[in-house]
Amino acid sequence: MAYSDKVLDHYNQPRNVGALPKSDPNVGTGVVGAPECGDVMKLQIRVNDDGVIEEAKFKTFGCGSAIASSSLATEWVKGKTLEEAAAIRNTDIVQELNLPPIKIHCSVLAEDAIRAAVSDYQAKRASRNS
Amino acid sequence: MSQLADLRAAVKLPLYMDNHATTRCDPRVLAAMLPYFSEDYGNAASRTHVFGRTTEAAVDKARAQVAAAIGASADREIVFTSGATESDNLAIKGVAHMYRDKGDHLITVATEHKAVLDAHHALEREGFRTTFLQVGSDGLINLEELRAAITDQTILVSVMAVNNEIGVVQPLAEIGKLCKERGVLFFCDAAQAVGKIPVDVEAWQVDLLAFTAHKMYGPKGVGALWVRRKAPRVRLEPLFHGGGHERGLRSGTLAVPLIVAFGEAAEIAVREQPQEAVRLLALRERLLKGLQGNLEHLYVNGSLDHRSPGSLNVSFAYVEGESLLMGISDIAVSSGSACTSASLEPSYVLKALGVGDELAHTSIRFGLGRFTTEAEVDYAVARVTEVVNRLREMSPLWEMVQEGIDLSTVNWTGH
Repeated sequence: MAYSDKVLDHYNQPRNVGALPKSDPNVGTGVVGAPECGDVMKLQIRVNDDGVIEEAKFKTFGCGSAIASSSLATEWVKGKTLEEAAAIRNTDIVQELNLPPIKIHCSVLAEDAIRAAVSDYQAKRASRNS
Repeated sequence: MSQLADLRAAVKLPLYMDNHATTRCDPRVLAAMLPYFSEDYGNAASRTHVFGRTTEAAVDKARAQVAAAIGASADREIVFTSGATESDNLAIKGVAHMYRDKGDHLITVATEHKAVLDAHHALEREGFRTTFLQVGSDGLINLEELRAAITDQTILVSVMAVNNEIGVVQPLAEIGKLCKERGVLFFCDAAQAVGKIPVDVEAWQVDLLAFTAHKMYGPKGVGALWVRRKAPRVRLEPLFHGGGHERGLRSGTLAVPLIVAFGEAAEIAVREQPQEAVRLLALRERLLKGLQGNLEHLYVNGSLDHRSPGSLNVSFAYVEGESLLMGISDIAVSSGSACTSASLEPSYVLKALGVGDELAHTSIRFGLGRFTTEAEVDYAVARVTEVVNRLREMSPLWEMVQEGIDLSTVNWTGH
């Protein structure tokens, strides 16, 4: 299979690989996928007091397209509000990375990872305020 | 890093380590076949003139070379085909259709090549029944299970010699003995075996044997089916009907240049097999020891004791196979990862061994061959180590394992 230049770029120079402290109240963590399905994504966001994502990190077990999708997702969520981040659609990722049909599930996983991180952060906030 | 650069400078990239898929045509083989394109181009069936008689003699010579490579005494038992897939189909469907009156039951193994498995599935649609034997975690069948599976309705047992994904060698002589005792025909797909391990149709007591030129440094597009003619005389229903070539078993004008090349390739492969096996085993040991010395959580798939010498299938836990292939793009290998197949399912062979899907996704198959050098193995070790380390650094699974989390206790959100 031929990879698009953008997938290769993200695979070779992944943006924002790493981890944020899970227990930090300002950090939201989303882990999606399963090892037996061949891909697991962990996406983390750090949210400031204005509700804006200032930092994002990822780690991904998966094919090159999965790595590229999560790398791109971390780039896109930075500077966005939680609502804006949660509005990112997998189809935007497909388009940006030129993913072939067989790799669309990678983009779906990235969308799920963003939402999981956002809801994790919101759940933390809710439990703190209650 | 500078060590990797030194190792890189010692080899010509890209490296070819996918010799299970196919092999480079040996220059000696290519030289042997070339005259048969535009100089000696007669139809081997044209006995009325010198062009045909020349090529007929060349085919006779190749037939003898090919027969000798598998320990067959009579070269008239060789049927030339287009390759192992055709030979597999001719053997299995040919026997089933010819012996339908004797029984409707076939036995094969879950880890066989798709050509064998799908030929059985096609026969099942015609009303035949198949038992697919399972294998142990070493990839080997259990002889007692085979014995128990044979009934008075069984007409054929098909077991491959060397597995194409894991290189495991089945206990062929024992299988042959069992089949002989029970009066059942034994077919062996030896595509990955000839030239790699000693192949002997008499020692194995096999009745039909399929093999192909392009796995032994010959050209693609030519193979053979060896069919026993005495004790017992095996009869087949042909797949192709036509001019009655190959004793009516495979009509179609003989591909003389390819057949000549096949003969040459088989002779060289078998002549060089003893020394080559020692050399390849040493290279494989070097590869495995090198990887094991650099990386932890590495699992060899299939038996190391019963294995073709140039073959190594390894799972690099927590690193998905396709992403690893992408990282080592200057080394040609293949993966059992679902992402490298159209089906999105990981390797059925690894599954049959009981390798979990999560490890099957991380498997890489190395196929060392005649043109593989020590310098290439050293480069592969360094390069794979570099990429596995890089990908593990970005693997959430690796991170969890480092934190002491048991991955089997995690509640995953499958999709």
